[in-house]
Amino acid sequence: MELLFEFARILLFCFAGELCHTLLPLPIPASVYGLLLLLAALRLGAVKLAQVRRAALFLTGVFPLLFVPAAAGVMELWAELQAMLLPAVLALIPVTVLVMAVSGRVTQHFVRRKERDHV
Amino acid sequence: MSELLQNSAAWGVLLTMAAFALGTVINRRTGKAIFNPLLLAAVFVVVFLSVLGIPYATYKASAAPVSYLLLPATVSLAVPLYEKWELLCRNWAAILAGILAGVAASLGSVLVLALLLRLDHAQYVTLLPKSVTTAISMDIAAELGGMAALTGALVILTGIVGALLAEGVFRVFGITDPIAKGIGIGSAAHAVGTAKALEMGEVEGAMSGLAIAVAGILTALLCPVVANLI
Repeated sequence: MELLFEFARILLFCFAGELCHTLLPLPIPASVYGLLLLLAALRLGAVKLAQVRRAALFLTGVFPLLFVPAAAGVMELWAELQAMLLPAVLALIPVTVLVMAVSGRVTQHFVRRKERDHV
Repeated sequence: MSELLQNSAAWGVLLTMAAFALGTVINRRTGKAIFNPLLLAAVFVVVFLSVLGIPYATYKASAAPVSYLLLPATVSLAVPLYEKWELLCRNWAAILAGILAGVAASLGSVLVLALLLRLDHAQYVTLLPKSVTTAISMDIAAELGGMAALTGALVILTGIVGALLAEGVFRVFGITDPIAKGIGIGSAAHAVGTAKALEMGEVEGAMSGLAIAVAGILTALLCPVVANLI
């Protein structure tokens, strides 16, 4: 029963996120508002970690499964994808590798520099 | 068959879970990154639908409860992030710099690609936001005159590619720090990549979740500026 209440609390933050998305004129989706609001509520002590933790870890644990219907839907757009196959493939593979390498290297550089400064 | 399934509320969710379970088993048995559970599951669903001649829309409607959980699951990323709060505070400048560099690399490289391949404006803005979560990128693409549905497909594919290549990229580029790994995956491959980051470790997962939000917001702010260049 407690697990159900934990899920309900998370849904409450989803709804608050949807409200923010509707009311505020910013290009931020409901999910990002909800994430930030839940984080703020946890930090401020309005929600205790134990009141959401189990349901939240269950949901993040099944994350990849949740993308299966959308990923299967990519096939529906196969004709459009083929129409711009070369730019799509280049944007998918080299660009993704580049972005991951750049953001990872830059983060690592500054994390290590900070560690060195403190030692 | 199609009619029977159309009237069944359970089969879409069941098919999704069965396909994912099979994908997970194959992934564990082979231990190969290319056999990504999500990729395999999507392929199994597509094969199943085409063999039985079931329209995707029928499956999508029946599997709606699965997709429904995406919103609460994304919101739930606040929990791993909260549990790593001190690590976040200690390294916030490095994290912000890393995400900003990633967003700049993404927008810059798509711009170069579009110039080299002489893409028109619609094709260019369809590709531009493809590294960030569908909720943000599809809105951006539509707003700027791109093909939003195609952006959505590219975003999912980007996430799968990111999850497949993450371990290789980290090895080749010597990225060993768990914070840097998480930020790299989240900036390049949004929530689909974050699923992979959560498998790698708690710090990786938490940081990847943070990068979804921050990279998404930065991309939403910068895209309209970069979009006008073509």
